[in-house]
Amino acid sequence: MSGTALDPRTASPFPMAAHAAVGNSQLRKNVRHATDVIQSKRARVVSEMPDWQALRESGKRIREHTMKYLDSYLLQFEENCGRAGGKVHWARDAAEARKIVVDLARQAIASTPGAANEVIKIKSMTTEEVHLNNEFEAAGIRPFETDLAELIIQLGHDQPSHIVVPALHKNRQQIREIFQREMNLPNLGESPQDLADAARKFLREKFLRVPVAISGANFLIAETGSVCGVESEGNGRMCLTLPNTLITLAGIDKVIPRFQDLEVFLQTLPRSATGERMNPYNSIWTGVHAGDGPQNFHIVLIDNGRTDVLADEEGRQTLHCIRCGACQNACPVYRQTGGHAYGSVYAGPIGAILTPQLQKMDYGESLPYASSLCGACYEVCPVKINIPEVLVHLRNRVVKKKTASVLGILASPEAIAMRAMAFIFLNERRFRAAQRLGRISDQAIAHKDGAGEQWISWLPGILGGWTQVRDLRAMPRQSFREWWEQRSSENNTARVKNDG
Amino acid sequence: MIRVLERLGHTVLFPAGQTCCGQMHYNTGYQQDALPLLPRFVEQFASAEAVVVPSSSCVAMMREHYPFMAERLESAGEHPGLVEAVKNLLPRIWEFSEFLTKCLGLTDVGAYYPHRVTYHASCHGLRSLGLGDGPLSLLRSVQGIDLVPLENIEQCCGFGGTFAIKNADVSSAMLAEKTTAIMNTKAEVCTACDNSCLMHIGGALHRQRTGVHTVHLAEILAGDAPHPETGGK
Repeated sequence: MSGTALDPRTASPFPMAAHAAVGNSQLRKNVRHATDVIQSKRARVVSEMPDWQALRESGKRIREHTMKYLDSYLLQFEENCGRAGGKVHWARDAAEARKIVVDLARQAIASTPGAANEVIKIKSMTTEEVHLNNEFEAAGIRPFETDLAELIIQLGHDQPSHIVVPALHKNRQQIREIFQREMNLPNLGESPQDLADAARKFLREKFLRVPVAISGANFLIAETGSVCGVESEGNGRMCLTLPNTLITLAGIDKVIPRFQDLEVFLQTLPRSATGERMNPYNSIWTGVHAGDGPQNFHIVLIDNGRTDVLADEEGRQTLHCIRCGACQNACPVYRQTGGHAYGSVYAGPIGAILTPQLQKMDYGESLPYASSLCGACYEVCPVKINIPEVLVHLRNRVVKKKTASVLGILASPEAIAMRAMAFIFLNERRFRAAQRLGRISDQAIAHKDGAGEQWISWLPGILGGWTQVRDLRAMPRQSFREWWEQRSSENNTARVKNDG
Repeated sequence: MIRVLERLGHTVLFPAGQTCCGQMHYNTGYQQDALPLLPRFVEQFASAEAVVVPSSSCVAMMREHYPFMAERLESAGEHPGLVEAVKNLLPRIWEFSEFLTKCLGLTDVGAYYPHRVTYHASCHGLRSLGLGDGPLSLLRSVQGIDLVPLENIEQCCGFGGTFAIKNADVSSAMLAEKTTAIMNTKAEVCTACDNSCLMHIGGALHRQRTGVHTVHLAEILAGDAPHPETGGK
């Protein structure tokens, strides 16, 4: 049912994937429009908060504290969730998580008389991270996405391109075409009402029929063993209340210490994510309650590389992320490429730091370079993750790996150039010689423009990226240093004359 | 920059041994290669009353990374006292426009520049240094200038150092948005506090044969041609 899953292990390097994305003008138009709309909504509701910076700081400190004592908060969550009637499962990696969830779903279906091999799903990026739908399909169980955007993605055999607005890269006409084709509604209109009605009819009978729901989580509350999920549509609430079995998959990073901590995050998350003062639906579920809601509740806590991120002192703050997607909307790179170019369900600035770390730096090595380090992401982050700082740190990890051996250095023109320049910068004489040499080689490729200025329109090798769309001004005949020295000696001469 | 500072009565020295702040190495991931440039920098500038830098991204590099780099070098047993030396030097390092507005408290530096100008707020100036309205307040005080606001001023021009080479397609797409915004202002000149952004933007404006020039803020503030009314200053 779903298309080729986004997988950092098989994805093209970012510059290659981005090349294709930048060439797709419809995609870029959709992404630009959607991110502009969300950004201006966010700016409006953030500006009305006098204590916004204090809330960001609180969020950062709560997350920092949680990561410091993550082990004890996770155990506290397990204990309190179990006491309330939930069952906690632990998964080391994606494969373990998939197996646990699919086995639990299979058992629940088998114990429900007359139930078909189907589950309904709430939007969850963690289930996307582990490619859960593929596993369900392989097991003969049909997963139905119930979040409108995820439904569009699923029916369109597509992949999510944004962590909050997964179908952000599609416009209304494209969505109508998908619904017409996949729901067999040839006469479907294209107004938001028409599209929402079609989705409602398609989903409602599934809510009533399917006995097993799969969800993700926004927060796990250690002190009460509760799980919190926020959404805009209410389809999630249906999944959380109607089926008899609920299986939640959540990263171990989602835990927060106290119920009271929601005070901060339920203010910053909706404002940052969708530009809403609060989410229309805020659900908190704690174990099971006789005669009310799901009677079986399982939660699978997955590591899948997160403890490796935790172990890296400088990269650790990546785990503070509360998945609001504000950095994606603010990012000028994401704005040009959309999410798929990042080759991971986590796109944009947060994806550029999270994905390679979750992959233990074995894959996704081009992602830390998918940024101009403009800092727009850091500025909007509701928990103040210094994304540019982490990007630079990860670049260093990439370089260290690449240049660990002499052969590695020799194989990289960039590493050789960097070493050479570092050598030159350490000595004034070398620096002057390099400037002179640069000027001589400039003369070989520079040409005069109409105004008589020297410009370069072609550069060799890896530098050729520059001259695709830009010229480069040739080095001046006289360097600043030469001008400065000439001026100083002229001044001295003048002074000597005056004194004389 | 030297003309402006000297016109204001300051003595400008240029330590000839200076080379590079190390930003390119640091931000591309070659932190180890950037480290030895720090003690060199401190040695060159330690005695200055104020260090004025005509590039906001270099200043951001120094403020954001030098303390950490000094700690690394010192904890490795090299360069004792470097942490303290960096701590003493950093408050005396100023980006050019911020030296004028924040250190000297000036907005009018007696400049004359009779052209239509738009100002690009480079990302490091805007976000890392928090230059805010400073450079624009300097420009507004320039005699004869026709200053026009740039749309989406907070958007990156797409330079990003080696980003422009490594991700040339995305960088070009970002740059195209920036040059379109500049052309929409009908300005003759685009200015900024960062020559790297200007090299990037100027390269595209030249390739497109727009006739729009890029000029560093200091070049505008250095303009002191005779004033049409007062007959010169």
